[in-house]
Amino acid sequence: MSPDLAFLAEVVVGGLLSGVMYALVAIGFVLIYKTSGVLNFAQGAMVLFAALTFVSLTERGLPFAAALAATLAVMVVVGLGVERLVLRPLVNQPPITLFMATLGVAYVIEGAAQLAWGTQVHGLDLGIDDTPIDLGGVLVSRFDLFAAAVAGLMVALLSAFFRYTRTGLAFRAVADDPLAALNTGLRLPRIWSAVWIAAGIVALVAGLLWGARLGVQFSLSLVVLKALPVLVLGGFDSIAGAIVAGLIVGAVEKLSEVYLGPVIGGGIEGWIAYVAALGFLLVRPSGLFGLRAVERV
Amino acid sequence: MPLKTRLRAALLAGTVVLAGAAPRAGWADEQYFPLQSYRVGPYAAGGTGFFGGFIDYLNLINARDGGVNGVKLTWSEGETQYEVERGVEVYERLKSRPGIAAWNPLSVGIAYAMIDRISADKVPLITINHGRTDSTDGRVFPYVFPLLLNPYSETSGIIQYLGTRAGGLDKLKGKTVAVLYHGSPYGKETIPIYAQLARQYGFTVEQIEVPHPGNEQQSQWLTIRRLRPDFVVLRGWGVMNPVALKTAQKTGFPADRIVGNVWSNSEEDVVPAGDAAKGYVAITTQASGTAYPVIQEVVGKVYGAGNGNLADRKRIGSVYHNLGVLNGILNVEAVRIAQGKFGQRTLTGDEVRWGFEHLRLDEARVAALGAKGLFHSITVTCANHEGEGRVTFQQWDGARWNVVSDWIAPDWASLRPIIEASSTAYAKEHGITPRDCAAEEAADSQGGQQAAAAGR
Repeated sequence: MSPDLAFLAEVVVGGLLSGVMYALVAIGFVLIYKTSGVLNFAQGAMVLFAALTFVSLTERGLPFAAALAATLAVMVVVGLGVERLVLRPLVNQPPITLFMATLGVAYVIEGAAQLAWGTQVHGLDLGIDDTPIDLGGVLVSRFDLFAAAVAGLMVALLSAFFRYTRTGLAFRAVADDPLAALNTGLRLPRIWSAVWIAAGIVALVAGLLWGARLGVQFSLSLVVLKALPVLVLGGFDSIAGAIVAGLIVGAVEKLSEVYLGPVIGGGIEGWIAYVAALGFLLVRPSGLFGLRAVERV
Repeated sequence: MPLKTRLRAALLAGTVVLAGAAPRAGWADEQYFPLQSYRVGPYAAGGTGFFGGFIDYLNLINARDGGVNGVKLTWSEGETQYEVERGVEVYERLKSRPGIAAWNPLSVGIAYAMIDRISADKVPLITINHGRTDSTDGRVFPYVFPLLLNPYSETSGIIQYLGTRAGGLDKLKGKTVAVLYHGSPYGKETIPIYAQLARQYGFTVEQIEVPHPGNEQQSQWLTIRRLRPDFVVLRGWGVMNPVALKTAQKTGFPADRIVGNVWSNSEEDVVPAGDAAKGYVAITTQASGTAYPVIQEVVGKVYGAGNGNLADRKRIGSVYHNLGVLNGILNVEAVRIAQGKFGQRTLTGDEVRWGFEHLRLDEARVAALGAKGLFHSITVTCANHEGEGRVTFQQWDGARWNVVSDWIAPDWASLRPIIEASSTAYAKEHGITPRDCAAEEAADSQGGQQAAAAGR
């Protein structure tokens, strides 16, 4: 392979693997939106809280597995707490009210995270070597490959859950038509609780992987900025869409930065994904895989 | 940090925290330091270290010496979360307090927003190791003091160091240096000076921007790998720094050929990067560690008495804590010097400004202050508000920073014309008539002689 082609391949592969990391965060948004129509802006704060809780517990001497279990329990409580104390009392309120409520929840969780665990930054070692592997002249990060495998596994588990379990089918029913689901006897509050718990677990997985990548610090909550164009592109209610859009956004960002950046000025990857997402929004407002809403007037 | 302490910090975020110990009987005068601190939010780790060190030193002076010549040092904090609008709000709230010595925001954004205000209110603004490069020119910026190091001197210091690594400045010719900078006004400030120094020494410079906050740098480091530079200079901030080190490892670039700037040199920048940071080198104006007598005194007399500001004692001697202590030394000595001229009483901001303009701490005085090895020296004048601070370089071994160079003097002579060109343009734009520093210094000297004669 020529050096230029190898470099191009490296940029594309690196972008795709970064995109998987974005999708990990986006999936948390999708879960909530799919079943309750709420864009949960607190997902980034939940990622921070999960990672900070885990790393603080391990630093206090808890073994990895015990810290993971304890953090999982904490995230279940956080998910349930948000649903019970904030979202449930606001049921039937306009979407903008619910969105603003999650914005408030984001600030509360961020504040609580620093209150409980302090403001110091922490390293998080998951035991995955991050030295590159040489695949035919193309360097690929071991850690990113591991993260992609974890994301793949999570998507497979979630897909199986939605397809084959009773609760998963109930999720889908609620997502398709909440009123019809209610009519058939499904308990919406219970389903919403379950989905917030699931979002908490996704936040834990994303928090551990992003925390190992960035270090565990306040800016972890900013990873939501990477998930937003993914959601716009993939659709707010599609897990498959989140993955595909994550891959597209990752590749577009890296290719633009490397090849377009020197021409129009560097540092463009922070906003180029939003340009792509906005352009796509004009053509297909519901995203690549999002359900097109049809309302009878 | 104990939960109770954190709870208090959080509850008082956005409000003014009164500190400085309760007034003690016998304190005739007080000199007040308003602190625009950030103890919560994304940059809290740096804020708690710096302001903790600053307060620890003020506490030491009060406890050990009974203040500065009997004048008690007081302070209060206003939480900014490193946000400019909050910083300005704290300024407006605290500016009417009596006896303000100086403002020390440790934030480029807040400092920029304050320049016009402090100039009108005639109170010094201290931007240790940062701030506008051209504010070094005290003729145009009489109240702004980028003490020890401005961004251009930092750049020059880094190039001098790379020269020593290459075997001499002349050996830089033909080499390639990549500068990875934060996509903000702070990050972009040194673009022209790197380009100029590249022309001067004959090396190639490639300047690569990382968009804020810098949590994704794959494409930048792939570009760097393709460039195959001899060195990478990291001009980062916050999360950008550990991500740079981790991504460098991921793309196979060795950490010991990465040299960080002064805001990429703390424990908070390397600890999250784990093993990827081993061997990484960064510039500093003050050494880290607790081996210095002044830090030992802080440990013994301040923390020993239960008055330490850091909740976690393990952070004593960290980069930000020692920078805070050093900032305390410079502020206190400026007050002391100003008292020598104006009397041992509460001074006005303008009088303290005079103290800063005569802040001359040679190596002997630094040693007498218990700071030998912590920092080198400083010589501030009316025209030079930076004070020709020396820099040194430290290398991270996975657990601590170790000093790996001598104290290096940046090439101030070649930087001065560029600084003056910029400050002159600023003066013209703002209708400022530059001060005549020679005349002011002559008047000072004459006044000093008269005072000495009257004393005899």
